[in-house]
Amino acid sequence: MNRQLLRSAFRTSLPVLAGYLFLGIGFGILLRSAGYGALWAFSMSVLMYAGAMQYVGVSLLSGGASLLTAALTTLTVNARHLFYGISMLSVYRDSGVLKPYLAFSLTDETYSLLCDGHAPPGVDPDLYRFLVSLFDHLYWILGCVSGNILGSLLPFSTSGIEFSMTALFLTSFTEQWLSSTDRLPALVGLLVTLLCLLLFGSSHFLIPSMLLITLILMLLRRREGRS
Amino acid sequence: MKSALLVAVMALVTALLRFLPFLLFRKKVPSPILYLGRVLPPSILGMLVIYCLRDVSLLSFPFGLPELIASASTVLLQLLRRNTLLSILFGTLLYMVLTQFVF
Repeated sequence: MNRQLLRSAFRTSLPVLAGYLFLGIGFGILLRSAGYGALWAFSMSVLMYAGAMQYVGVSLLSGGASLLTAALTTLTVNARHLFYGISMLSVYRDSGVLKPYLAFSLTDETYSLLCDGHAPPGVDPDLYRFLVSLFDHLYWILGCVSGNILGSLLPFSTSGIEFSMTALFLTSFTEQWLSSTDRLPALVGLLVTLLCLLLFGSSHFLIPSMLLITLILMLLRRREGRS
Repeated sequence: MKSALLVAVMALVTALLRFLPFLLFRKKVPSPILYLGRVLPPSILGMLVIYCLRDVSLLSFPFGLPELIASASTVLLQLLRRNTLLSILFGTLLYMVLTQFVF
């Protein structure tokens, strides 16, 4: 493992550094305010390593959700990772022993860094992707744990910090909106979920939304195919 | 104990979702899956936005105004500057100020 490899991987991972620290700190504070300490922040950031799901996980933990609800909610919130994996199948094809970790650490942000499949010339591409993934993971762990420890020491109230998750989704949604030519899927996601929220109420709408969105998208595909 | 089990379940399901594609599709990816891979991400993000705002009450004070103002500012800033971190930071601070000092 040489210096050039480390440097290029670190440079690639830099855009994620600030974001993960900030979102991780937000999560750490939120987890602390729900009554869970640094060991929980560490375990969740190492083992789950999923930004949105960890935020959702705090409300599942503090609300005493059932294991089935936790499993189904995780399935719904993280289903998109299936599709990141699918689009990285060819990039990671020959990564050998690194493949399990590369697959495990494929978060939204790491995916967005590596999905173009490029690696700098002169370095082992699989080792390079492994290091980028590992750096991102370390930033996340650092953010979550330090937020959890420092959160209680801050001289101002952190109430309202949970909006960072809403803001994260809003900006990602806006980026998707700007970069895609087909806006229908985004609208389907918004409107179907809103409808399900009105129909099923705020604690039971996530699963029906996910099913209905998938169903409608599949129907739209058949329509696309026919025209 | 219950909490540890909850974390374990969330971690397992997350890992499973990440490993599954590499276990299932070693050679060829079926076209409906490729299609869903393209259209699901924007839909899911739309869903997650609504999920975050699920408990906002429009019928009682402050009528969802802090959420509306902070969300609109976040989106507007993102449209103008395309700097995700800046938009998140600004939107969150604005929301904290609005809920702690204004409403």
